[in-house]
Amino acid sequence: MIRFLLKGLLRDRNRSIFPVLVISGGVMITVLFYCWIFGVMGDVTQTSAKMDTGHVKIMTQAYADIAGQMPNDLALFGIGEMLSKLRQEYPETDWVARVKFGGLLDFPDEYGETRAQGPVFGIGIDLISPESTERKRLNLEDALVQGRLPQAEGEIVVSEQFAVDLGVNIGETATLISATANGSMAIHNFILVGTVHFGVAALDKGAMLADISDIQYALDMEDGAGEILGYFPNLIFDEKRAYAMADQFNNAYRAVEDEFSPVMLTLKDQSGLGAYLDMVDFYIFIFLFGFIFVMSLVLWNTGLMSGIRRYGEIGVRLAIGESKGHVYSSLIYEAILTGIIGSAVGTALGIGISYYLQEVGLDISGMTQSSTMMMSNVMRARVTLPAFYVGFVPGLLATALGAVISGIGVFRRQTSELFKELET
Amino acid sequence: MKNEILITTAHLVKKFPIGGHFFTALNDVNLTIRAGEFTGLVGPSGSGKTTLLNIIGALDNPTEGVAVVMGQDTKTLNHKQAARLRSECLGFIFQTYNLLPVYTVFENVEFPLLLLGIASSDRKKSVMKALEWVGLTDKVSSRPSQLSGGECQRVSIARAMVKRPKLVLADEPTANLDAANSHNVLKMMLQLNREMGTTFIFASHDEKVIGYLRRKIGLTDGKVVEDKIISTQNHEESETPC
Ligand SMILES: Nc1ncnc2c1ncn2[C@@H]1O[C@H](COP(=O)(O)OP(=O)(O)OP(=O)(O)O)[C@@H](O)[C@H]1O
Ligand SMILES: [Mg+2]
Repeated sequence: MIRFLLKGLLRDRNRSIFPVLVISGGVMITVLFYCWIFGVMGDVTQTSAKMDTGHVKIMTQAYADIAGQMPNDLALFGIGEMLSKLRQEYPETDWVARVKFGGLLDFPDEYGETRAQGPVFGIGIDLISPESTERKRLNLEDALVQGRLPQAEGEIVVSEQFAVDLGVNIGETATLISATANGSMAIHNFILVGTVHFGVAALDKGAMLADISDIQYALDMEDGAGEILGYFPNLIFDEKRAYAMADQFNNAYRAVEDEFSPVMLTLKDQSGLGAYLDMVDFYIFIFLFGFIFVMSLVLWNTGLMSGIRRYGEIGVRLAIGESKGHVYSSLIYEAILTGIIGSAVGTALGIGISYYLQEVGLDISGMTQSSTMMMSNVMRARVTLPAFYVGFVPGLLATALGAVISGIGVFRRQTSELFKELET
Repeated sequence: MKNEILITTAHLVKKFPIGGHFFTALNDVNLTIRAGEFTGLVGPSGSGKTTLLNIIGALDNPTEGVAVVMGQDTKTLNHKQAARLRSECLGFIFQTYNLLPVYTVFENVEFPLLLLGIASSDRKKSVMKALEWVGLTDKVSSRPSQLSGGECQRVSIARAMVKRPKLVLADEPTANLDAANSHNVLKMMLQLNREMGTTFIFASHDEKVIGYLRRKIGLTDGKVVEDKIISTQNHEESETPC
């Protein structure tokens, strides 16, 4: 009997190939969308964390309020002690200090006159100490385009794009004109030793990287830093852990009335990233549900159509002596079978394409040129475990449900009505 | 066995709801049909022939009255019991053949036996035998779409007969066939009736069918207006040497 029904299923394309195509198409799009959003969202989080926010960040309360302006006059001081305390208290977290600053980078000619000059966004990070984790975190070795990374005091790298725009070469002297921590003018000479391509439009427009000790010296902020960043192991943001850590830290060190007391913020608390991530989560949720809903309707309708189309066949089967229960369950098994095959094919295709987009990525640099968001120019999908079921389960459920509902007609109708429909 | 009562209907009424009121398709039908009959329900279109066949076949329930088929009151049967009655005792032949298009001739005829859970080798024998009766052994692996109308109806006769049911209900079996094919099919059924004692009930207004009947039940507006035994000296006796 099962063989008999399977034979019918395979021979009738309207019952096999068409539903499988519909199901696998829907499932594929769901999986692909899920992996893509997950990848993009993950990338934005990752890039922001690496370049800007850390997983947690410590600043003075006053600095935190206007962090976007990089107000180094409000920076943390005594960071050497604070770092060693943090490293003791939270040894699993990697703690690093950074100084962000804005300024002008001036390239003089042989007479000391300005030859080229441009605004830069600068970060002083631990570049040259042997135990530096920042070079690896920011992937600087791979980002290097010309020259080399700083190895000694007084050396900087700038964005490749910036160097090209200004027409400067490695080996040249660069004068940083900025403001010190106490508000006076800061002028400091560096040697340009290399250029890097961050792959993040917001940085590639004009950024310079220098060792933090050089910047502390140049900006007159010995033992000070705008920010201390904490990174969890393997660069994986753990929201719960971050909030727990921030609560604990703030209870211990933050004094509300003292605006120079430190405050710890999590990645989600900073620069609207939390709102962004929540919004993306929300849209994923809406999309997936909307999509699942629409797909269920389509598949239900497919089930309905083939159910109605088959009332004639069903009527004959009933007349010949098949029971309604048997017909009904055969319809449902059939739907489950096509649902499984369609969902499996769709999931496989969706994951296959997502995997390709994960490995190869999609260059969207054209769209991010003016972006100030910390996002890579190459967007990638990310294949995660849920990708194996976000499409499969609804695909199967929708098909089965479609058959369950459309098959009810078999029960509701008088048998004679069913096959009247095929006589006409 | 020959005179065993297969079907009795008593005060059978069937009403269909149409709009706000009811349309009476069968009105106080009282009939007794015995084993071995070759009987026709004859009447104009809309007189209730199909409705009566559907009730006898447990495909539909009467509104009032009872229909007892092979000792079972069809009204008291649930889905499963009705299906069992059809599967074990009844064969259907339809005006439009109603073969399952995705299956071959062999598979179409095999289907009732599958429902009865008959073993594969026995199925094969029975199917081939049934196809022999209707002269289609050379078409076993054709699809219905590859057959002529007459051939399709012969397949559907084979499908109805393959399980050797006591009773075959045939609704306008010749309406889509030309004269030659009609006679052919009717002779085939008459022969099966004689050789195996299968009871046939037809619904028809086709004169050709009426010519073969041994009992004619006239229906008009849902009422039995005529019920007569036709003498067995009919022309088919001389035409069909058994
Ligand atoms: N499901 C239904 N709902 C409403 N009316 C119905 C239904 N089935 C049949 N009827 C009506 O009952 C009457 C008898 O129908 P039936 O099909 O039994 O006629 P018939 O004698 O078989 O006619 P024909 O020779 O055209 O096949 C018709 O008037 C028909 O309109
Ligand atoms: Mg009719």
